[in-house]
Amino acid sequence: MMEKHDCPAAGETRPLGLYLHIPFCVRKCLYCDFLSGPAPQPLIDRYVRALEKQLEAEAAHYRAYEVRTVFFGGGTPSLLSAGQIGGLMEQIRRHYRLCAGAEITLESNPGTLDDGRLSGYLRAGINRLSMGLQSADDGELRLLGRIHTHADFLDNFAAAREAGFSNINVDLMSALPGQTVEGWLETLEQTARLGPEHISAYSLIVEEGTPFWTAYGGKETVSEEEERRMYEQTGILLGQYGYRRYEISNYAKPGYACRHNIGYWRRTEYVGFGLGSASLADNVRWKVTEDMDRYLACMEAQNGEAYAAAGAAGAFGWKEDVHRLSEAERMEEFLFLGLRMTEGVALSEFRRQFGTGLREVYGPVLERLEEQGLLVFYADGKKMKLTARGTDISNYVLAQFLLEEEA
Amino acid sequence: MANISQENIRNFCIIAHIDHGKSTLADRIIEKTGLLTSREMQEQVLDNMELERERGITIKAQAVRTIYRARNGEEYIFNLIDTPGHVDFNYEVSRSLAACDGAVLVVDAAQGIEAQTLANVYLALDHDLEVFPVINKIDLPSAEPERVKEEIEDVIGLEAQDAPLISAKNGINIEEVLEQIVAKIPAPGGSSDNPLQALIFDSVYDPYKGVIVFFRVMEGRVRKGTRVRMMATGAVFETVEVGYFGAGQFIPCEELSAGMVGYLTASIKNVKDTRVGDTVTDADRPCEKPLPGYKKVNPMVYCGMYPADGAKYPDLRDALEKLQLNDASLFYEPETSVALGFGFRCGFLGLLHLEIIQERLEREYNLDLVTTAPGVVYRVYKTDGERIELTNPSNLPDPSSIDYMEEPVVSAEIMVTTEFIGPIMELCQERRGRYLGMEYMEETRALLRYELPLNEIIYDFFDALKSRSRGYASFDYELKGYERAELVKLDILINREEVDALSFIIHKDNAYERGRKMCEKLREEIPRHLFEIPIQAAVGGRIIARETVKAMRKDVLAKCYGGDITRKKKLLEKQKEGKKRMRQIGSVEVPQKAFMSVLKLDDK
Repeated sequence: MMEKHDCPAAGETRPLGLYLHIPFCVRKCLYCDFLSGPAPQPLIDRYVRALEKQLEAEAAHYRAYEVRTVFFGGGTPSLLSAGQIGGLMEQIRRHYRLCAGAEITLESNPGTLDDGRLSGYLRAGINRLSMGLQSADDGELRLLGRIHTHADFLDNFAAAREAGFSNINVDLMSALPGQTVEGWLETLEQTARLGPEHISAYSLIVEEGTPFWTAYGGKETVSEEEERRMYEQTGILLGQYGYRRYEISNYAKPGYACRHNIGYWRRTEYVGFGLGSASLADNVRWKVTEDMDRYLACMEAQNGEAYAAAGAAGAFGWKEDVHRLSEAERMEEFLFLGLRMTEGVALSEFRRQFGTGLREVYGPVLERLEEQGLLVFYADGKKMKLTARGTDISNYVLAQFLLEEEA
Repeated sequence: MANISQENIRNFCIIAHIDHGKSTLADRIIEKTGLLTSREMQEQVLDNMELERERGITIKAQAVRTIYRARNGEEYIFNLIDTPGHVDFNYEVSRSLAACDGAVLVVDAAQGIEAQTLANVYLALDHDLEVFPVINKIDLPSAEPERVKEEIEDVIGLEAQDAPLISAKNGINIEEVLEQIVAKIPAPGGSSDNPLQALIFDSVYDPYKGVIVFFRVMEGRVRKGTRVRMMATGAVFETVEVGYFGAGQFIPCEELSAGMVGYLTASIKNVKDTRVGDTVTDADRPCEKPLPGYKKVNPMVYCGMYPADGAKYPDLRDALEKLQLNDASLFYEPETSVALGFGFRCGFLGLLHLEIIQERLEREYNLDLVTTAPGVVYRVYKTDGERIELTNPSNLPDPSSIDYMEEPVVSAEIMVTTEFIGPIMELCQERRGRYLGMEYMEETRALLRYELPLNEIIYDFFDALKSRSRGYASFDYELKGYERAELVKLDILINREEVDALSFIIHKDNAYERGRKMCEKLREEIPRHLFEIPIQAAVGGRIIARETVKAMRKDVLAKCYGGDITRKKKLLEKQKEGKKRMRQIGSVEVPQKAFMSVLKLDDK
């Protein structure tokens, strides 16, 4: 079969993450502002072919990399058939160095999974399944405009286990309109009892342009104090079930932290494929166009040079917001991303990357945040992380690490 | 072009309510009288400051000289003197009018007479100008020239039957206006043999020539080498150049004599030496007495101006210095605020003048400013007999040492359609107005007369007037004098620290309402901190209102989707928004815009 590579130790080759965006779903949820929507089957098929072409065409830039993680995100990637996922995986194996132990995640929506699909995904190489449950309360699921019930989820979860998925994540959402702390803990507990390896627990953000914005825009869906308690209780409850928080909103059993997402916080390089997906490589960030017609046209028109030209030519190409990060920006990212991790950042790593000490750049900020009890140094001062209070108001703390721009 | 006799000179201005088409008619007159090709025609020739163009009003008086070949075959010199169109500049208007012999009154064919129409006509008649009306915008569907003619005759008492019906915008019937200028406006009087007596109506500073003085020669003559004396300031200069105004340029000539309008330069360093309204005479052969009407203009409105970035203080000083070169009515002196650092207390003719200066500082000098609430000049009478002219609320002496205070009061005329009389009277009442009377102009319109405290109209009165009359009310005022009033200083405390830059003087009956609104506004503007921040309003140490900015408890936990870090960073940037635009007051960071936003409290 395919040639396989073992994942070499970090430092020997350049690790890379691949993100594939599937911008389709059965029906848009009422709070959702992601790039996704229902689409006719022919468009979905056409899009998958375009993804395959992009995978092939981009590969030349990443010969020196080892792919450690692959993530099918959406939208609802489980709308794609096992055959389509298999085709994309094959394309990845053919054109990239995918190491044997790579973490390969597929996001899915309860209600879209059945036995055939699940075993097909497994055969395609998917080894981590992420399920968007959001709530264990059918009333809340209806409020969110989800397509499934809690019973649907339980069926699908059991089927996934049956099929052989041994690494499953469940996405949950707190701070829903009208939700109580008790209601939230009920959802959490019902989920934890099932024993998925990983739980993501985000709080709802009412985004502009969604039906939720019309209904709740500018208002608190739950009080700030309740939200704080929900967060605090989440850590305690999940702790009792053997989960540890490793990032602001992510909890995992030992050994099951999501490596792909950690890559984002640690600034590992990654490439995005498909509509609106983001990339970071060689200290350049860019995004793929969010315009479906343009994306398809660029991919379908590709033939060597024309494709390369389309990528580069901003006005007519598919690559957008291309931005080379300055050193200051990389420092900012190192901190505001790294501090999302529960273990925080290592001072030695900052020095290794930037050739200067953290305190030399951020001395007064660090002192102030430490004094305010928002940040703490540990491991003999070699590492630094947010305190519980600092985590509560993480946006405030992380914003302090933005450097003044020298235009 | 020389050898046109004094008989064939016409010195005039155009007067109108705002938007009735004064500048457009000026353009057409300049166009029709030649001297200027179409290519040279800018949209509005007389208004040459960028800002004026945008606001559609004329700030700085200017003049232009053109030649008109009349139907009778003779050539006439037209000196068209432009006048500012806003009450802030009433004195400048009056000096420009004094330089004219006649005025063309432009009235909108649809809107008819408005408050400024009246105010301007009366001002023109006071200066013995010959005024004749023209009716503009006759091509509008809503035009009612016959009704407007009657209105002009009934209300102003000007003969209007043969008023030209024109469209300045579309160039209809402009010739008729030119002919009536020749026929109806008298030639200037005066004799070139008398000692020099010339009226300054404006001046501008030029970096190469020094101050360029604009004037009208009433008597006598002036030429290069003439030693001139400014009679009010006493300054004496030797004339370097005299000339007249081409369109947008200065054209030197040999001599200016009685009846002529032109300029002189004399290496004058400061516009303060050449005050508007002053009389220029020959130092070696002076006239007996100066022309009447001169007065020193004093600022009516004061505010503090501070650079947003403290390091820009010297830049602000330089910029004010430069602006003052061209604007003798701009006053400034250094002051220090605990909250805002080093800045200037600036004095202006009115709120529009303030806004213009502020915009010019920001636009032309690239300065970010924080401005404190504009206030008027109060008179404070102390128990020990001392009288203080108070321009900065922070300098108010201890209340126990104050006997009483006085505030400036204006007489205002408001023209309004009858359906809005109620709401407008209510507004004036709220602003502590004293009703003087009402006259019906015609069945549907009335002129309301009020006395109003100046501090009640300086910020948002005009806006309130417009909104309560759906834009139909027009307004004009002049300073009447000082009156005793029950005034108090309202202080704002943020986290229990008094913020000097937010203090202001207010009538005691309005202090509670105003204090409450300011606290509410500040609560919205001040971002949440790690601790709770009380915001209080106080009068004489007594707290009259309070709001609280709650402490930060919990952020929303944003999902970093698909590795889109840029979006995350934007969120953080928003969080940190304008760190530079914050002022530290004790341990509280207050956004600069909070200082400004309290100036614009809603009229409700």
